[in-house]
Amino acid sequence: MALLEVSDLSVVFARRGQREVRAVDGVTFSVDSGEVVGLVGESGCGKSVTSLAVMGLLPKRGVRVSGQAVFDGMDLLRLDARAMRDVRGQDIAMIFQDPLTSLNPVVPIGVQVTEVLTRHRGLKGDAAAKEAAELLDRVGIPDPRRRLKEYPHQLSGGMRQRALIAMAVACRPRLLIADEPTTALDVTIQAQILELLKDLVRESGTALIMITHDLGVVAGMCDTINVLYAGKVVETAGRRDLFARPRHPYTVGLLGSIPRLDTVRGERLTPIRGSVRDVLPWAEGCAFAPRCDRRVDDCLNGPPDLVPVNGRGHEHRCVNPVPPEAVPTREQVEEMV
Amino acid sequence: MSAASETLVEVRDLKVHFPITRGVLFDRVVGHVKAVDGVDLKIPRGKTYGLVGESGCGKSTLGRALLQLTPVTEGTVTFDGTELTTLRGEALRAMRRRMQMIFQDPLSSLDPRQNVESILVEGLAAHGIGGDRAERRKLIGETLDAVGLPRWALSRYPHEFSGGQRQRIGIARALVVGPELIVADEPVSALDVSIQAQVINLLQELQDSLHLTYLVIAHDLAVVRHISDIVGVMYLGALVEEASSDDLYREPLHPYTKALMSAVPVPDPDVEDRRERILLAGDLPSPANPPSGCRFHTRCPWAQPTRCAQERPALREVGETGHRVACHWAEEIAAGRIRPHEVRVELVRPEGDVDVPVLPVDSVALP
Repeated sequence: MALLEVSDLSVVFARRGQREVRAVDGVTFSVDSGEVVGLVGESGCGKSVTSLAVMGLLPKRGVRVSGQAVFDGMDLLRLDARAMRDVRGQDIAMIFQDPLTSLNPVVPIGVQVTEVLTRHRGLKGDAAAKEAAELLDRVGIPDPRRRLKEYPHQLSGGMRQRALIAMAVACRPRLLIADEPTTALDVTIQAQILELLKDLVRESGTALIMITHDLGVVAGMCDTINVLYAGKVVETAGRRDLFARPRHPYTVGLLGSIPRLDTVRGERLTPIRGSVRDVLPWAEGCAFAPRCDRRVDDCLNGPPDLVPVNGRGHEHRCVNPVPPEAVPTREQVEEMV
Repeated sequence: MSAASETLVEVRDLKVHFPITRGVLFDRVVGHVKAVDGVDLKIPRGKTYGLVGESGCGKSTLGRALLQLTPVTEGTVTFDGTELTTLRGEALRAMRRRMQMIFQDPLSSLDPRQNVESILVEGLAAHGIGGDRAERRKLIGETLDAVGLPRWALSRYPHEFSGGQRQRIGIARALVVGPELIVADEPVSALDVSIQAQVINLLQELQDSLHLTYLVIAHDLAVVRHISDIVGVMYLGALVEEASSDDLYREPLHPYTKALMSAVPVPDPDVEDRRERILLAGDLPSPANPPSGCRFHTRCPWAQPTRCAQERPALREVGETGHRVACHWAEEIAAGRIRPHEVRVELVRPEGDVDVPVLPVDSVALP
């Protein structure tokens, strides 16, 4: 039994007088201690809603959450608000994309960090301040004692994100959810933050769920990767399998869409047709079918199931997957150019 | 970058300084943000010049100053033989027909209350292109075809389109007046990955068919490398390195370029595991108070005790391929005679915080 097992998670947004939106549609994945699991996809694929549902941060009204999210034997989706508050921050913590909007602008950094320590670890006064300074130091903020008295606007973007990470790891959580933690940052700062997250996983055996749209980031960080499209996992694999032998046309399309820094400069990219708006409801068939070059008649016969590829957990949700030999290896690409 | 190619745009010693003012009733100037501080570059006709750098390095300001959308403090911009910095009024307006801009966020750069036809007609009318309605319709129709938008788009409003289509409208708006130079400021960074590729390909196709010259400004090195012929790397208001796209990525000479390239994640686990990362310490220093000498010396793992902190390196040519670099020690670093060392992190204040009063450490008690 893994640390967190999410099974058949669905989230439906239903507002009176409006069409229901099924943002997450039967997502299943698990993450264990010391493991990094990636949820990858484009905007609107449901990757953030998945994490909000697990954290119990979705509004109660107008949202229907079903399925299970079992963390250490308890189903997070069925905990009451009080019990959930004890879990949040203590056992599971989250890092958001934009550090300026997730920090309180009128409260000093120190107060925001010690708040967590007081709430969950009962630390007060000097002990809390000392621990907070140590946390800031650990995430690489210079001169931490002084930083504690400063406000978020006095720190740079990278330092704010570090402060947020310090708050998240304050109680040594067993699971950390990072939702696009580096999207708002420059590449050199992104590299620093990713290195910091890797160290945290390595040193304290934290389980990490990494939510991102950047396939480059997951290639360097994640042990297992789930590719989401329109609320469903369309491909899941270990990182080596996913990048060397992607099978779902969407994954292949994503990889073909990004210019790469390490290969010979080619002529044209191979984009995916249309846009994320052109989706089919899963009930009618594969949601990706309207944009897919490999579409066959079978694609429109209800939602395709996840098909196992090998014994190592590589699965895809496609009736006409890309044959493994169709994706050129690195060496072949270099020869072609 | 062949020597024979004709230069369309030449920028010489361009400086753009923004005053920092303080005061309640009377603004007094307390300093300057040196957004662009001495840039020389040439853009050959029909080629793409890519400008990369992190936020706050002045790349967008440079692009805007080139089009005279931001007042130039010092230096010259020559467009096809015409000096732009001294042009005023009607003469400058007429030149704008030949140089257009594509913005990052298509939703905020398009008027939500104008339909696509009105957006496109506006440029034509302003420059008196296409005499009657029928001729303008024809021009607009051709532009829509070129950017891959359907004719029914004309009567729709920007909010009715997806992000990628909106960026196509932005491109059509720039193209309809028939420009020679297009400055594209982060043209794809607001778009989803699969849509980015569509827009990048579109920009390349348009360049081939219309012989456009591009200045592409972006923070994504992989994108810039993919579409550019020449790449310039900016750091704190100045170019630190410039070379043909292939040269730059094969052999980056400036320490900052090396660090930047090693920081870009590559979607390949094997590469990610093998590659060596040069992690830069700390943040970009404030452009209001840039470091002395080489601006990068505060974060440079190769910084030397002599020269780096005192003498500002000039952008000089290294080798015969037109590879230019602004580093005193580029050759020594390339030959491995200087080894990287640890860098102590210096705290950097975000912009606008020039003189934040810092309270004595013991005067504030934490609750």
